[in-house]
Amino acid sequence: MIVAEALTKRYPEGREALRNVSFTISAGEMVLLTGHSGAGKSTLFRLLAAIERPTAGSIVINGQNLTALSRKAVPYLRRKLGLIFQDRKLLFDRTVLDNVLLPLAIVGHPPKEALRRAQAALAKVGLPNREKTFPIALSGGEQQRLAIARAVVNRPAIILADEPTANLDAGSAREILEIFVAFQQVGVTVLIATHDPVSLPIVQARTLRLDKGEMSEPGSEQALATR
Amino acid sequence: MSAWFAQHLAALRDALRRLAAAPLNSLLSLVVIGVTLTLPTAGWLAIENLRQLTGDVEGTQQISLFLALEAGRRDVAEIEARLRQERVGRWRFVSREDALKRLQAAEGMAEIIASLPHNPLPDAFVVTPADTRPESLESLAESFSRWPKVAHVQLDSAWVKRFDALLRLGRLVVLLLGVLFAGALVTITFSTIRLQILAQAAEIEVARLIGATDAFIQRPLHYFGALQGTLGGLCAALLVSAGFLMLAPAVGELARLYGTSFALRGLAAGDVVILSATGGVLGWLGARISVLMHLRQLL
Ligand SMILES: Nc1ncnc2c1ncn2[C@@H]1O[C@H](COP(=O)(O)OP(=O)(O)O)[C@@H](O)[C@H]1O
Ligand SMILES: [Mg+2]
Repeated sequence: MIVAEALTKRYPEGREALRNVSFTISAGEMVLLTGHSGAGKSTLFRLLAAIERPTAGSIVINGQNLTALSRKAVPYLRRKLGLIFQDRKLLFDRTVLDNVLLPLAIVGHPPKEALRRAQAALAKVGLPNREKTFPIALSGGEQQRLAIARAVVNRPAIILADEPTANLDAGSAREILEIFVAFQQVGVTVLIATHDPVSLPIVQARTLRLDKGEMSEPGSEQALATR
Repeated sequence: MSAWFAQHLAALRDALRRLAAAPLNSLLSLVVIGVTLTLPTAGWLAIENLRQLTGDVEGTQQISLFLALEAGRRDVAEIEARLRQERVGRWRFVSREDALKRLQAAEGMAEIIASLPHNPLPDAFVVTPADTRPESLESLAESFSRWPKVAHVQLDSAWVKRFDALLRLGRLVVLLLGVLFAGALVTITFSTIRLQILAQAAEIEVARLIGATDAFIQRPLHYFGALQGTLGGLCAALLVSAGFLMLAPAVGELARLYGTSFALRGLAAGDVVILSATGGVLGWLGARISVLMHLRQLL
């Protein structure tokens, strides 16, 4: 469960990227965060991942108040989140397998268990038999699958994805979304930020819309077209 | 506990992987660190050998006790008893008659001595102390001079003192060299780790974003510094031992010509352990400082 209240974010040199934003996302929900480019979606993503701190307001994730979080506690919060970054942040000098092994090493799984989990995650996102490949040799859709595998390998309760289908053709975008739907169906909370909801052939999701840093209809429920 | 162990093992493996990833760079760093540690180590070894050499040279550290002219048999016996009681080492009694005879034997002295009304030489003891440290020699001579009927005490250790002062100076020079080169080692490690951090900036950023603690990121870098220092220490031990092997035969030959059995002392196993451990600690220190200074800038 994510509860955001009266969030405001002002960058040091800029105007307000978020203004008085409040919303609640229940456990197991799938939510689309929409809005034009520059609306503040990535800013919200970074606030939820404790990469940035809000100027005002509060965020509570699964009972943990992010505004009161100490620097030491931040890594442990992030481990509970499956983060998929807009620029993917893959390690191009490491193999596909090593990219997925990184979060497991961070948590400290023994090598055998880590290998088993990494292979399972790669299979789940549809990237089997590519372990020894380097990310540069993967297509855009495959790189996104790798990013998802790395995000989910520690079995987070919440997945946060920033523009996961940007720059993908319709077919690949659809496949990526199906992966998210599969996770939501087993109880994972999924929040997907996208500037182009129309191209998302999504099943059922609530939409939160950001407009120039403000949430236009806080909490409005909107079912998208069923495929 | 086992998770802790596994994490450290993983960090060590990571550090080894990084060392092996750029073998030429690693080798170059190791040689530089090795040479850096070689100089103070070789200096220390040279001083140790010189110290041992003075310990070996015998008969030069003697104290002569000259008794007063009026001293009689009983006084001589008294001194003898005291020497025996104090266990100062070996000694030899030279009576005034013996001394005169020896002087007469010297060329051109016989006539001069014949012209003397009486024997001008005193009875004497020549003591070879067991404890040859200069400060002990001094205090021994000092206490001798307070004994009854002792007119004059002569300590034949002027050159020993000079040599000892020289050794002390040498030790100081080696110590300063050691500090200087320890600083150099820390600096070398500091910059290697800085380069490591720059090269892995992307990896470090990603790891942090997905939940890595500071310890997780820093640990391999610390291990890298410590490992490099330790291997550098071993490299220095190798260089010093090689130099020793080249010098030992020549020194042995020289010692034989002087009729002594002096043998050059090389690095013992314990020395090698201390050297590598020192390298490891200094390497860790350089890595630690570098990590503290450069990791903050990244996030
Ligand atoms: N690091 C930053 N420093 C200053 N301004 C920023 C920063 N990141 C984003 N912004 C500004 O905040 C606003 C929202 O940006 P962003 O959250 O990236 O929007 P979106 O992801 O919806 O495109 C934009 O006006 C952008 O220029
Ligand atoms: Mg964005």
